[in-house]
Amino acid sequence: MTCSRRDFLKEAVGGTLVSALPLSAFVFITTDEAKAAIADSKVRWAFLVDTTKCVGCGLCVKACKTENEIPYDAAVTRTWVERYVVTKDGQTHIDSPMGGRDGYTTDLIRDEEIEPEDIDKAFFVPKLCNQCDNPACVQVCPVGATYKTNDGIVLVDRDWCIGCGYCIMACPYGVRFFHPEHKVADKCNFCYHRISKGMEPACVECCSFGARRLANLRDPDDPVTKIITTERVAVLKDEYGTKPHVFYIGLDANVR
Amino acid sequence: MKWHVLRPLWVAIGLVASIFVARVFLVPDDFGVHGDTFTYGFHRLSNVQEWKDFPVKYKGRESCEECHEENLAALNGSTHQTVECENCHGPSIDHPDPNEFLPLDKDRALCLRCHAFLDYPNTDRGALVSIVDRTHKRRYECVKCHNPHDPKEYYE
Amino acid sequence: MSEELIVHGIEWTVKELFVYPNEYIYWSIQIVMYPYMTGLVAGAFVLSSLYHVFGQKQLKEIAQFSLVFSLALLPVAALPLLLHLQQPTRAMEPLLTPHFTSAIAAFGIVFTAYALIVLSEIWFVYREYFVAQAHVLKGEPGLANAMSRIVYRVLTIGAYDVSEEALRVDKKAATILAAIGIPVACFLHGYAGFIFGSVKANALWMSPLMPVIFIMSAVVSGIALCMLTYIIIMEWQAFRRRRKGSGVEASEIKGAEKETINQATRYLLGFLIAAISLEMLDLIFRGYTAMKSWDILRSVMYGKDFVNIFVLQYTLGNLVPFVLLILPGRTLKRTVLALLLVLFGVFMMRWNVVIGGQAFSLSFSGYMHYEIPIIPHSLETFKEGLFGALTVIATPFVLFWIINKFVPSLRRDAHKS
Repeated sequence: MTCSRRDFLKEAVGGTLVSALPLSAFVFITTDEAKAAIADSKVRWAFLVDTTKCVGCGLCVKACKTENEIPYDAAVTRTWVERYVVTKDGQTHIDSPMGGRDGYTTDLIRDEEIEPEDIDKAFFVPKLCNQCDNPACVQVCPVGATYKTNDGIVLVDRDWCIGCGYCIMACPYGVRFFHPEHKVADKCNFCYHRISKGMEPACVECCSFGARRLANLRDPDDPVTKIITTERVAVLKDEYGTKPHVFYIGLDANVR
Repeated sequence: MKWHVLRPLWVAIGLVASIFVARVFLVPDDFGVHGDTFTYGFHRLSNVQEWKDFPVKYKGRESCEECHEENLAALNGSTHQTVECENCHGPSIDHPDPNEFLPLDKDRALCLRCHAFLDYPNTDRGALVSIVDRTHKRRYECVKCHNPHDPKEYYE
Repeated sequence: MSEELIVHGIEWTVKELFVYPNEYIYWSIQIVMYPYMTGLVAGAFVLSSLYHVFGQKQLKEIAQFSLVFSLALLPVAALPLLLHLQQPTRAMEPLLTPHFTSAIAAFGIVFTAYALIVLSEIWFVYREYFVAQAHVLKGEPGLANAMSRIVYRVLTIGAYDVSEEALRVDKKAATILAAIGIPVACFLHGYAGFIFGSVKANALWMSPLMPVIFIMSAVVSGIALCMLTYIIIMEWQAFRRRRKGSGVEASEIKGAEKETINQATRYLLGFLIAAISLEMLDLIFRGYTAMKSWDILRSVMYGKDFVNIFVLQYTLGNLVPFVLLILPGRTLKRTVLALLLVLFGVFMMRWNVVIGGQAFSLSFSGYMHYEIPIIPHSLETFKEGLFGALTVIATPFVLFWIINKFVPSLRRDAHKS
């Protein structure tokens, strides 16, 4: 009796394996088509931030939260603006209350007043997802819920994310967070729904000063691409090898 | 009977097989490598389209111009020409139907985002016309005196 | 703000100076519990293998107990992860669509493999007992006996052969599995270290030594917990037998065997020295190379977390028990105290790695403090608070109590050979 049961088990197991394997087991073998799609893609999105033009009004943050349905009063945001005040004693005072959502309307930094005559320089730095070429956040996702599209944007699959937070830990720029409503990882995607319709990202659209601009690096005639390729631009934290694609004009050494 | 040793192995294989069977039912069909590498391109393909279909809220100046041409013309030559309509009037979303009126923001706080005085050298902020909130007509909305579409123009 | 709009992490994170807006302590107490529990599993298994593979006869008693205890600990290693996930209903996805470039994706596979090894080994060790029970219970009346018999029959998986030849094969299979189990156990825990060590964004975590340090301290904590539980259970049984009094010969009232404890202590000390050496090497190396992150790391380690790291972890958790164990004339009470301190020390090491790694901002310009939620007022604050952690700690003992009803790891007559 036991023998026949074993034989049955053998066959049952073998049968299921044979039927299941070809269907799905090897779907994640790299295809040449996929590689070709990347090479042929006519788009590689990038971003240009001109920190010299930013006045810290925070309208970009406001627009981003509304456009991307990030709860307005939740203390997380896809993009934010940092304020740097470097004083004569060599100290750097940095703040970004609510990500700069309400703009910078007082000179208080964490309730501390800094005398104007003590200030060497002060400036604002907008931050957003760098849409890295080697995104550390994607590498560490255990389930394939975050990925890089053919046009270089890193997206999060809200229906597949398990909410482990590993990507949040892996991002050196701190752009990721848990969405308070959807309970999954969330991040800036350059307003993917807008840029794929030919529109500007909401933060770019709402910036009155031209501090934020979108570029398509594959288009040599793109005026913003021309600035990135011909002028002196910097990126944040390149020591992590992530190859960030948000380029900065006027980036100060104090910027973190 | 001497092969009873293999019994745990059969159980193990059965378990593994059940995972493969579960994959067939639970993993979406379009899950696979869709980018250049497994490292960065392993995902559910339809999610890309799902993100593309995300609703747009800020329709932009061109969209406003379709109906409000004369209002946009009024901005010509104004220092506020570069200010996006929706920054003050609010995102159009489904305006005008059914959302006929947009929530116009007339609060001082909105103006102060750019025009609160910050004594910072080397920034464009310093180049903007600015006030000290505490001392400048505290109780009034800015638009009481300043025409927001052309701030050089004062109302009496 | 309504309940569901609470930002994850905001309830227990206190920010100081400049911290990026989205930074919170996302990995809290459950992620401290996770490597701690995984470490206990790995350590318990290594201890049992010392007997099964390397034939350390003095460890025989504790080895059988450790093996079953490591099974009880096993589901608990996954429990913190489950409690930590924002989408616990999707917990099976790492097995369905494993993204192998992620250290967490390996968890499902290594964990399953390891679980199967432990289960198989226990099956081989206790099969004779299962068969015997299935036979003994055959004629017994009552529903409870009938149910037990069904359980035992299932446990035999239909293998009723208890001839000498078959039992010899069982023993050999158990030894082989124990041998395979050691590298797998180390891998299971080493990769838990890899999860942290490979996060290049985190200045404190990123270190190739991390997996090795994790394995060493895992073995330390595993051995300590097994010894401790073993001593307590044995002393309790001896105490009960003494109270019953009559009919028990003095030689049977032996409590925890001295020799077993002595031998286990030697291994404990060896692994403890290895763990501390590696941690010191890591610390010295960071200070000497003084990379960009060293300023903030130093301010955390020598400043804000000084008590946690140098007083609680190294002094109270490592140095004191080391002295307690190594000084001559060791008593059972002193051993128990030392073991408790060792367990506490390893817990603090996990805490200082997981929480300490998030104690400073990625901007290197500010700090975050973790204020562990004590009284839960929502599911979130329960799961990621004190009571969530206590639930995780209590579970293996409950599981062991249940498993031990069917797999008597503490009865000396259960396994004669």
